Amino acid sequence: MDSLVIAGRTFASRLIVGTGKYPSHAVMKAAHEASGADMVTVAVRRVDISRQTESLLDYIDTSKIFLLPNTAACYTADEAIRTARLGREAGLSNWVKLEVIGDEQTLFPDNEGLLEATRVLVKEGFIVLPYTNDDPVMCRKLAEAGAAAVMPLGAPIGSGLGIQNPNNIRIIREQAKVPVIVDAGVGTASDAAVAMELGADGVLMNTAIAGATDPVSMARAMRLAVEAGRLAYLAGRIPRKSYATASSPLHGVIGS
Amino acid sequence: MTIKLNGDPHEIPRPLSVSALLAALDIDPRRVAVEHNLAVVKKAAYDSALVRDGDAVEIVNFVGGG
Repeated sequence: MDSLVIAGRTFASRLIVGTGKYPSHAVMKAAHEASGADMVTVAVRRVDISRQTESLLDYIDTSKIFLLPNTAACYTADEAIRTARLGREAGLSNWVKLEVIGDEQTLFPDNEGLLEATRVLVKEGFIVLPYTNDDPVMCRKLAEAGAAAVMPLGAPIGSGLGIQNPNNIRIIREQAKVPVIVDAGVGTASDAAVAMELGADGVLMNTAIAGATDPVSMARAMRLAVEAGRLAYLAGRIPRKSYATASSPLHGVIGS
Repeated sequence: MTIKLNGDPHEIPRPLSVSALLAALDIDPRRVAVEHNLAVVKKAAYDSALVRDGDAVEIVNFVGGG
């Protein structure tokens, strides 16, 4: 598969996966290997000072896998900016998956806060990958603000509903001058393939793999789906038609 | 003296450097990031940054997320 390039950094895989909600760290590690992903998201949270806990980083080979800290659960630009700065210090990279959430039930992004935080963090030298609505105008504004990629949702986070607005994803890809990563909403492999067939440069998912009955098998399914979708997109699909077009010759049929 | 550590009151015997605070908490400084009164403390400043009475400190690390 052709590689994914974001802000000059090359990734072999177009599948980006999360590190949350796995049955165990060991299953996560196996799923990461099966997915082929070379970028994973991580969250930034307070250390539990009352007890020693197993470190997530013991289960991620950071010589092969790039860490993308997120600002999940931040509801204001200020919280997201503080979290991004802490993530940079903890991870020693200036990349951030920027989330500014606007609603607890849907986890839809807060557009104004997201744009404001993007501007501030870009100015501070961050490589900003904002999780955004599937809105082409918002995606354009984020790119103009300096986002290194835009990450429109396919459906609400963790919903598994698949790509709810394929036409918007297609328009975002056609218009965007930066990579487009479909982030959130994938439920199964065909959803990932659809995202890639629409032209997305990559897909980011967590729950679809971590929450599957067999996360390791689902990780492999997602890897294959992303590759299949990418190849189909590059191959150029046939146009849709309402009526049949015969595949076999019409001449030389016996008895005619 | 009392500081606010990860949102909760926490007693320290005297002003402590970030390094000393992490050591007292048995936290490996390589895997965390520290915010002191809303500003990130660079690792190079852990020995010199002094946490005093009333200060707010956040100590974070990476956990699983999407």
